[in-house]
Amino acid sequence: MQDAVTIAATPAAGRGTEQLRAIWRNAFPFILVGVVWEITAWSGIFHARLFPTLEEIAVTFVQLTIDGILPHHALDTLLRLLAAFGLAAVGGMTIGMLMGRSRRMEDLLLPLVSILAPIPGLAYAPLFLLWFGLGNVSALLLVAVVSSFPVIFNTWTGVKAVKEIWVRSAQSMGADDKRMFRYVILPGALPYVLTGLRLGLAQAWRILVAVEMLASVDWGLGWLTFGAREFLNTDVMLAGIATIGMIGLALEKLVFQKIENYTVVRWGMVAE
Amino acid sequence: MPQIEVKDVSLVYDTPSGQVQGVKDANFTMEASEFLCLVGPSGCGKSTLLNIIAGFLAPTAGEILIGGKAISGHGLDRGVVFQDFAQLFPWRTALGNVAFGLEMKGVPKQERDEIAMQQLRLVKLERFANSYPHHLSGGMQQRVAIARALAYNPAVLLMDEPFAALDALTRDDMQRLLADVWRETRKTIIYVTHNVAEAVYLADRVVVMTPHPGTVKTEVPIALKRPRDPLSHEFLDYQKQLLQDLGEGVSKAA
Amino acid sequence: MSTITTADAGLAAKPATSAMRIRLRSYRRAAVSILLAAAIYEALARAGMFAPALLPTIPTILRTLFSMLADGTMVWHASYTLYRVLFGFGLAMTLGIPLGILMARFRRVENFFLPLVSALMPIPSFSLLPLFLLWFGIGNMTTILIVFYASTFPILFNTWSGVRSVNPLWLRAAGAMGADEHKMFWKVIIPGASPFIITGMRQGFLRSWIAVIGAEMIAASQWGLGWVIFDSKEFLSTDIMLASVAVIGFIGFVFERVVFGALERATVQRWGMVRIAKG
Repeated sequence: MQDAVTIAATPAAGRGTEQLRAIWRNAFPFILVGVVWEITAWSGIFHARLFPTLEEIAVTFVQLTIDGILPHHALDTLLRLLAAFGLAAVGGMTIGMLMGRSRRMEDLLLPLVSILAPIPGLAYAPLFLLWFGLGNVSALLLVAVVSSFPVIFNTWTGVKAVKEIWVRSAQSMGADDKRMFRYVILPGALPYVLTGLRLGLAQAWRILVAVEMLASVDWGLGWLTFGAREFLNTDVMLAGIATIGMIGLALEKLVFQKIENYTVVRWGMVAE
Repeated sequence: MPQIEVKDVSLVYDTPSGQVQGVKDANFTMEASEFLCLVGPSGCGKSTLLNIIAGFLAPTAGEILIGGKAISGHGLDRGVVFQDFAQLFPWRTALGNVAFGLEMKGVPKQERDEIAMQQLRLVKLERFANSYPHHLSGGMQQRVAIARALAYNPAVLLMDEPFAALDALTRDDMQRLLADVWRETRKTIIYVTHNVAEAVYLADRVVVMTPHPGTVKTEVPIALKRPRDPLSHEFLDYQKQLLQDLGEGVSKAA
Repeated sequence: MSTITTADAGLAAKPATSAMRIRLRSYRRAAVSILLAAAIYEALARAGMFAPALLPTIPTILRTLFSMLADGTMVWHASYTLYRVLFGFGLAMTLGIPLGILMARFRRVENFFLPLVSALMPIPSFSLLPLFLLWFGIGNMTTILIVFYASTFPILFNTWSGVRSVNPLWLRAAGAMGADEHKMFWKVIIPGASPFIITGMRQGFLRSWIAVIGAEMIAASQWGLGWVIFDSKEFLSTDIMLASVAVIGFIGFVFERVVFGALERATVQRWGMVRIAKG
């Protein structure tokens, strides 16, 4: 068995071929899956409406985008995400910092947070719907509350993990409480805080899509995908699902990796 | 008047297995610009004593006077360099780290950066002013730490085994550098180490401490001219004497 | 030899308050905060500002909980949910662990599956629910498939990482001592990767628990904790909802601490290999 994964030495054939090979390697699985899908769709095993061909899906996708429908839904969902997660981030970081800095706050808040955290967020969804009615408010509140937990926990851990030696060095150089917080605790806890925000955002995205389906909000990718069921519009559904996935990926790669690269990776506080 | 007076300082602390006397009735004085080494085996309380002088721990008895005034808590009059290189702030460049104390003092940016650069020059790291700590070697990081502690001109520099985690060759270089820095800045330095040769090389006077409980056993002035030759007879004699003084302490600790 | 090292003494020595007293104070405060939260809730519930159906008092919730436990309905719901979770989770393990191992050992397999897995991972399992409903209708199949989808990725990823990070030194040592492929696999690779695999299982279970509740709300027809919560909405039975939420939390807690805790203790903790990071 190969004990370490080794990369085969590239022959002198040049970088161009190497790049082509890499592209082929990445594309091959999708091509294979695509072929299998097409064959299944054409074969008529399943009803045509339930199992559309790739062309149909592609056409629908393009059509929805051009008509502005898909972007509209996507935008609505994204706005909700920003609002809800914004709340979760601010609230979560505040609570996490309070818990990390004050033993009293930690003792008081930790039991409550520990009890509420493991309960799947969606379990509260019907409750929120009853309390706040159908629509945006329920959706936003639920997403905000549920996605704040990773932020709280990671921020709390991060603040507590700020090295004693940094605190002492800063103290001996005259930093008072306020400046200690700003110049030492905040940057020191940053790797954990970023992890918390990243996990929280992923969680918010997942729950938001689900809540949109349950809460009958007006527009939104979740609503679109769910609603397509009524008319057996599998192609619309798949277009919706694809968009959901792409945005999720973009959030992870574009937003967080950039932030991390600029801060904690540059400072060597986190392995790349 | 002596610059630093340590009077009957004691510290008792709680551990899972009961109360332990970390330091008992420590007594010594220092003049300005003296280089003093606290030497002793593990557990003799030398680091604890240093932390008390730095103000991170409060003694259960006794007091410490600097310039005639009793200290309480930490302050800008004492600079600290720890053993762990991770004491530098990873989110700031070398220059940013060195300038920190000045920033806390409210010195304007241009002046800060100039002074910080001067300090970096002193430790021969001016070329690395804009590097982040994780790009620097252990020895370089400790040099930045020294520059940082000196930048805001504290009256006293407290160093807790700063070179113990470095390899032998780097350590020798650092000791020479520190001797040069001290000669140029004439700071009062209290230096903790368990390495006897290091103490003889650097110190004007060595305070020998023994454990159980941590007490000052004796003081040995080192009357050698600088720069000191670690291979000379006199140097080795001093080493032997210190090892002897420590000898009883070491067998009690084992 | 002194038990306190110089480094400890220097930085960690704190005067007076013993560790025991600090812990007791933590417990006291925990009790206070929980009681306080409960009291505030109770006060709000009785204040009459909200309809009693929307905000049931704690005794009401408890009564509903006990009666549902007594007449067996809660047990039925929990069993259906557990059945779906365990089935889906089991499927995820049967696929995820072997595939993860294969991906780590054979470049070809990794090259084929990694792009697919990376593309599917960002898609939340819930978004596939309408699709599965269309294809498989309402019922157990859909729910189990959603659970399966949700929990496969953490298991797969962690297993793959774990096997990849098995220390090559161990493999060389075992090889030098005459281990063949088969023994190498079972006696070195699997135990070596076990902290990661267990973490993957733990995360996977958490995901399945979350997925099942959501899926049941829409795709279940009659029984299940998620279903009963959703169904109670129609009748404004918030007491049933909250009772069920409590049961959900309890079961989740039991699995996390008891099942996975025991698994960890019997293996990686005993071997001193525990990874600090928890999801």
